[in-house]
Amino acid sequence: MNSIPIEAGLLVAGILFMLGLISVLIRRNIIFMLISVEIMLNAAGMAFIVAGSKWMQADGQVMFIFILTMAAAEVSVGLALILQIYHQLKTLDTDAANEMNG
Amino acid sequence: MEVTFYIAAAVAILATIMVITRYNMVHALLYLVVSFLAVAVIFFVLGAPFIAALEVIVYAGAIVVLIIFVIMMLNLKQESVDQEEKWLTKKVWLGPAILSSILMTELIYILGSSDVTVLQGHEVDSKAVGMALYGPYVIGVELCGLLLMSGIVGAYHLGRQKKKVIHRFLEKAEE
Repeated sequence: MNSIPIEAGLLVAGILFMLGLISVLIRRNIIFMLISVEIMLNAAGMAFIVAGSKWMQADGQVMFIFILTMAAAEVSVGLALILQIYHQLKTLDTDAANEMNG
Repeated sequence: MEVTFYIAAAVAILATIMVITRYNMVHALLYLVVSFLAVAVIFFVLGAPFIAALEVIVYAGAIVVLIIFVIMMLNLKQESVDQEEKWLTKKVWLGPAILSSILMTELIYILGSSDVTVLQGHEVDSKAVGMALYGPYVIGVELCGLLLMSGIVGAYHLGRQKKKVIHRFLEKAEE
């Protein structure tokens, strides 16, 4: 009934991943960087769905559920860290958190 | 069905471009919701209705709402928007954008030069996903449970405010 080439699906996933990567490179606001990581994780999961649709197996969707779980755990810990940084430094600038000078 | 895929893909890419170019954080998050909904439509067309529902519920529902709550707690005002406008200059974004676009062009070339494989569009329903999830992947499900548990404990530990305790003798000494 539908004839979507697999390249189109992978291309959309790649473009979304690239947009997230650009955003995580150019932003200095730490919340925007967290949002960009979410975009990239979503794009990676989309590639899994496309591959699972190609082979008509459920494994791609299972992998997406694992990625979803990891994204949820990551965003909760990341937001707690952001709140802590904001209370300590009174700013969301990532460059302000360089006291250890690693 | 193909047309819906291409329209949803265009909406997803445009909404994501809007997300990464906004100065106001709340506007960016609203565009992010649109992007996630468009991706959910793509999943539905590709034959994964269960994952499309999960995308709407967990990504557009839970994660974005969590970020919005934190932004409301931080109580950001117009200064943060101005600050963001000052940070995001052309000099900053031009280099990473050009280099990433070169990599993207290479990916498009590689995908375009391979033989075209057409997706059949057979639906993999939630029953098959559940059978796989609790059959061969059951150890992964248990690890996910451990991950979520450690996420809860970590978020509680990091988010706790330390009480400022000033000893009463020290308080007296300062007076």
